Amino acid sequence: MSIEFIYPEFEIIRNESRCISCRVCEQQCANEAHSYDEKHKIMKCDESKCVNCQRCVSFCPTRALKIVKSDCTLRENANWPTETMKEVYKQANSGGVLLSSMGSPKHLPVYWDKILINASQVTNPSIDPLREPMETRVYLGKKPSKVQRTKDGTLICELPPQLELSMPVMFSAMSYGSISYNAHKSLATAATELGILYNTGEGGLHEDFYCYGENTVVQVASGRFGVHMDYLEAGAAIEIKIGQGAKPGIGGHLPGTKIVGDVSRTRMIPEGSDAISPAPHHDIYSIEDLRQLVFSLKEVTEYKKPVIVKVAAVHNIAAIASGIARSGADIIAIDGFRGGTGAAPTRIRDHVGIPIELALATADQRLRDEGIRNNVSLVAGGSIRSAADVVKAVALGADACYVATAALLALGCHLCRTCQSGKCNWGIATQRPELVKRLDPAMGSERLINLMTAWKHEIKELMGGMGINSIEALRGNRLMLRGIGLTEKELEILGISHAGE
Amino acid sequence: MRIIDAANLDYRAVNEALREAETDYIVKGCCGQRFIAAGMSDKNLTIEGIPGNALGAYLNNATITVNANAQDAVGDTMNEGKILIHGNIGDAAGYAMRGGKIYVRGSAGYRAGIHMKAYKEKIPVMIIGGRAGSFLGEYQAGGVIIVLGLQNDNKRIVGNFPCTGMHGGKLFLRGSCEDICFPKQVTAKRAAAEELDEIREYLSEYCSDFGYSADELLSGPFTVITPDSKNPYKQMYVAN
Repeated sequence: MSIEFIYPEFEIIRNESRCISCRVCEQQCANEAHSYDEKHKIMKCDESKCVNCQRCVSFCPTRALKIVKSDCTLRENANWPTETMKEVYKQANSGGVLLSSMGSPKHLPVYWDKILINASQVTNPSIDPLREPMETRVYLGKKPSKVQRTKDGTLICELPPQLELSMPVMFSAMSYGSISYNAHKSLATAATELGILYNTGEGGLHEDFYCYGENTVVQVASGRFGVHMDYLEAGAAIEIKIGQGAKPGIGGHLPGTKIVGDVSRTRMIPEGSDAISPAPHHDIYSIEDLRQLVFSLKEVTEYKKPVIVKVAAVHNIAAIASGIARSGADIIAIDGFRGGTGAAPTRIRDHVGIPIELALATADQRLRDEGIRNNVSLVAGGSIRSAADVVKAVALGADACYVATAALLALGCHLCRTCQSGKCNWGIATQRPELVKRLDPAMGSERLINLMTAWKHEIKELMGGMGINSIEALRGNRLMLRGIGLTEKELEILGISHAGE
Repeated sequence: MRIIDAANLDYRAVNEALREAETDYIVKGCCGQRFIAAGMSDKNLTIEGIPGNALGAYLNNATITVNANAQDAVGDTMNEGKILIHGNIGDAAGYAMRGGKIYVRGSAGYRAGIHMKAYKEKIPVMIIGGRAGSFLGEYQAGGVIIVLGLQNDNKRIVGNFPCTGMHGGKLFLRGSCEDICFPKQVTAKRAAAEELDEIREYLSEYCSDFGYSADELLSGPFTVITPDSKNPYKQMYVAN
């Protein structure tokens, strides 16, 4: 037994002079880290159960609690950090594959933080968004390669189907099953109010959310859960999910414990049965097969909806993007290796895939070089954390960004990264009714709207500062970016110069 | 009854014609047009000639009869309806099928019936008269696959690696199948009378569609394969 012991990562520090034994912490913790000692009339805690979700800290009325990283440390070792050693112990204890949640937390470069944005000074004036109109609207879809007119000179305005977004952001795919009904409701109502889109993920679309269809991207993943004609017709666009940044190349297993009630009904699989998404779509074994699937979806929806193909950022992403553009897809979504997930094998999450900044830049450049950039719109995700990241992504070539982790943070997530347990105290990554009801969809929606409204204003300020008044003029405008602390090669791939140049 | 002459029409035009108000159609001169009747409901069509890939993809309760072979991805992500093929089919038939029936007189290629799934009374059924290629029924989550092995060559009734990742539903193979290697998480045994009763209705329908005798087919042994667990990967992970 003692050889299996791993010291808890966190300790719960209770300021006894502030604690009033109100037992709120005990009620709020689904992991049962807090308990009340009747005999001695004090609160006790079991730090081995604490996952550092900050729920008890946030709800303690006297701010008596804090969670700290345990200072019971193993001897320092740059080659064998404590985390790595603990992973070996866990595997020796269980024989299991390490399973983690949310995006990779590893110390690898975050290129967004090494890119700086321009501002206008003397050469042309900056624009004040409080004084002048700024266009943050974008349209995603195939664009014609040249202007066409009728014989008498009238412009032909027929375009392939487009998605209108009030700002260059959409909520990325998080399946119903990995997150709760109330989380989906918050995303759907916020997207509708904001004039953007949210994504069903691969868990199907709950019948209560069909009314938000105009602001919904319906996803067709390899498991094809809940995919039928009504589903395809309901969405504003259809997304074929080939992969996601957190776990490129593999499928997914949503454990049977999460397939209950409405999740089971929406996915149309029996309760308690695992929801397994195969690694590839078994009807897409080549780029020609992808074209066939894209056109099968267009055919059944009578060419009225754009088709998005979502891929993980991997090697040769430029060639992949070119292939997808030529397969007939209207929009390519690229998901970088920092992307979040409800559950993914740790090793895949941390070691497979490349950063979105590099993938985006190289895909955008390749499509331009081949003269097909207008055939598709590019959407970048994994991970976009702020309005600054959005502006940098657009300048590198994205038409819009996919945001998911930031949206969950707005709903109360504290990135404790234990979604896979299904005991999310914030009511987000859980199906337990008593936890789900903690997330009030009206409040969740309001917080998402707050977040995106704030970002929209920040985007306008950043654009105005550069003397640009519309997203179209920012898109692919790499001259507005400079790198800092980047190597020649990194600058070359990003297609930007170094600060000072 | 409307007759569509598909000889000079691309698939978009064929489907546009099918979307008109009629319910009964004959599509003549079909030569490889893809996506025929994809997503359609309440139609009854007969195809003469050879349809292309993705016949009846996302089918939503229409009936399609093909008087010849069909190609790949027949009934892909099918929801409801019936597809009857008086010939062989290609690869990846019935992928992620969730309801309806695909009855094939001849043989099927690779990857047939992958990730078929059932929900309550919606049970997809695939019956293959000849043999099926490798990777039959991978990740089967529900529904019924029956392979009859009535083809005349001496090849095995299924190819390699059938039933990988099976976690629901049933596979019936006519014969005793002793020479077939099934994966660890499934159990293959001789089908008992009650289990054969479950499929008698489907087999009778199949036989009346293709002119066989159900009693004769059911007179010999069948092997039934079922998964050992609906959570085949439960023990695989440790939280990190």
